[in-house]
Amino acid sequence: MSLDRRTFLKIGGLTIAGFALKPAYTLLSAPPTLPAAPPAKKRWAMLVELRASTHKDWWSDCIAACHRLHNVPVFQNVKHEIKWIWTSPFAEVFPEQVRQFTKEELKQRPVLVLCNHCDNPPCVSVCPTKATFKREEDGIVMMDYHRCIGCRYCMAACPYGSRSFNWKDPRPAVPTINEAYPTRTKGVVEKCNFCEERLAKGQVPACVEACKDKGLYFGDLNNPDSEIRKVLEGRFVLQRKPSLGTGPNVYYLV
Amino acid sequence: MPIWYGWLNRSAEGAPKLELPPGEKECVESTQYMRTSHVDLLNNWKETVVRDGKRTYVSSTGKEYTMSLTNTCITQCHSNKAKFCDRCHDYMNVQPWCWDCHNFPKEAGK
Repeated sequence: MSLDRRTFLKIGGLTIAGFALKPAYTLLSAPPTLPAAPPAKKRWAMLVELRASTHKDWWSDCIAACHRLHNVPVFQNVKHEIKWIWTSPFAEVFPEQVRQFTKEELKQRPVLVLCNHCDNPPCVSVCPTKATFKREEDGIVMMDYHRCIGCRYCMAACPYGSRSFNWKDPRPAVPTINEAYPTRTKGVVEKCNFCEERLAKGQVPACVEACKDKGLYFGDLNNPDSEIRKVLEGRFVLQRKPSLGTGPNVYYLV
Repeated sequence: MPIWYGWLNRSAEGAPKLELPPGEKECVESTQYMRTSHVDLLNNWKETVVRDGKRTYVSSTGKEYTMSLTNTCITQCHSNKAKFCDRCHDYMNVQPWCWDCHNFPKEAGK
């Protein structure tokens, strides 16, 4: 059998293409997997009781306690607003839970929101300076304000609006400065830190402590005996936009 | 101006003299190290606290300190900003921006 040049090139080409079949098949047939949560010794999480409103505005104490402790400035202009913990209408917090006949009253009902300290935080992936990062030992999504260059990629990446940018010098806008905790400066992004400085002293976050009527639970999800695990196992909970795969660590008890 | 003129006059004139805070004899590390590298030390403290969540510093002499600029350095010892920080920074003509964010407690300044 003699091969002319043309047939030889055809067979050669097909053979080379054949080697690519197996890797292409495995790549395309693999089910989409989310990156596994980084190994953490602790995994702090919070539960927010959606029906805890034994009295109206039960969360105002929590918000005040947090913002007082962390020197969060108050700006009248909403565009300059700095938020660590605040309330948002139900329809915006849980867009996947809104149905055709959902009552307007429910859609508008305020829900307490804060940084979710996600298992796969998109803000961390986009930060060009590693100013924001997920701490391995406790899972807290932290910020190093010294490194923040104010690019606001993290604000674009966060699907929960948990981050605020300091457009103006925040210091004059802080009502009363808590001297034990630093303020931020103009040009950096800031957000909730799960009261990392209080956890280090063995205290619960300020918002949890301030909510006297048990609207909030806080604990370590890696500890099977913790109160938070017991409550989570026994109740129906919602997470914010779980389909995005961020793995939020703030749960809402229905 | 001959080049050796500066060498002959190399002793720094008008340099502020270090004043120890009342009742204190030693800083976290040696005076020479603190004089040249206190910013490095504070930067390392910041990294350790924020990134590793560790808050206790063990000095080269084995003493333990809580790593915090405001709550340790300022509140416990260097309570006089004008005398301790500013004098030297003014002399060296450096404008550190520590106090843009970190607090210098008012009662510590008295």
